[in-house]
Amino acid sequence: MIYVDLFLGFLRVGCFAFGGAYGAIPLIRDVVLSYGWLTEEALTYMIAVSESTPGPIMVNLATYVGSTQAGLTGAAVATLAVVLPSFLIILLVTTLLKNFLDNPYVQAVLGGLKPCIIGIILATGVYMTERHGISAASPDSLDGRAAVITVILAALTFGMKPLGRRKLSPITLIVLSACLGIVVFGL
Amino acid sequence: MKKRILPDLLFTFMKIGLFTFGGGYAMISIIENCCVEEKMWISHDDMMNITVVAESTPGPIAINCATFVGYQKAGLPGAVTATLGIILPSFAVIYLISMFLDRFLEITVIAHAFKGIKIAIGILILDGAVTMLKKMKKKRLSLLIMASSFTAMSLINIFSWNFSSITLMVTAGILSLLVFLTREAGGQKGGRTR
Repeated sequence: MIYVDLFLGFLRVGCFAFGGAYGAIPLIRDVVLSYGWLTEEALTYMIAVSESTPGPIMVNLATYVGSTQAGLTGAAVATLAVVLPSFLIILLVTTLLKNFLDNPYVQAVLGGLKPCIIGIILATGVYMTERHGISAASPDSLDGRAAVITVILAALTFGMKPLGRRKLSPITLIVLSACLGIVVFGL
Repeated sequence: MKKRILPDLLFTFMKIGLFTFGGGYAMISIIENCCVEEKMWISHDDMMNITVVAESTPGPIAINCATFVGYQKAGLPGAVTATLGIILPSFAVIYLISMFLDRFLEITVIAHAFKGIKIAIGILILDGAVTMLKKMKKKRLSLLIMASSFTAMSLINIFSWNFSSITLMVTAGILSLLVFLTREAGGQKGGRTR
């Protein structure tokens, strides 16, 4: 049943999404693609929409997937599932397990989880940038227009700090990339 | 007074939910502003602690903060109210968008814009990873796990293997725990022989 699938799928995301929104994206990609709820294409659009609308990205993605798969009830089920684990964990940590996170064994597990997540996020970032920003038109060939945008955006993201400037906010970067897209792909 | 705290929690967190874009760390500073400086619901130290807890527990950081503040002020009903408050605005906005997005994407200009946006998303994810990498403690085991999970995930992506990243995470957690236990056992033996 779709409601059960949505609930279990997003419960998995909620349980393992360490490291904020970007930590969650590889997981959501996993779940959403394996159930066939969204295509790679639609998922990227939705990440952009979630970035440019208010609220936590994970919640936004859960609401969207739930809604497109099973209407309002689906949206509610998926959103509840993604929020439930962190809600319960915070209640437990603040009430019963005040010193839970100071436990050396817990610290040891977290010490392994964190670098693993960084590796996963890094791999996802590299893959998505290559896929959409370098060989966008067809695999194994360079898409010149996309590459131009990639170079500009990468320079603005990774080149600002060495120059002593402040980094662009994610929303500014998205708005800029949309304008670049209209100009470069429209020509 | 006690009765009015629930609506107050609901509306304050709805406001936070409605006006924070980009999620995560942007939200923390706004929650700090509202709940510590303006309403004085929790102390600055509490806020620091909950940020640390939020970082080491799964789930959206904003949700973790809302649950914590709500619980501190009004117990379980408070936790539920604050959490609902922070979710409701984005739930409503995204639900509306989900009904129009497909038709919206058929317009050529919009399609071009989204081709650009797709590139930005990849770069934002990369940037997020680089920021986390800079903050990571560079121990040998951490670097090894990071490099292996990067390699494994890249292979999974390239060959579209059906292999969940959760499996990678569980493996890394167990591995790190085993290394810790071995070192601890080794340390005790060393102590006894001396």
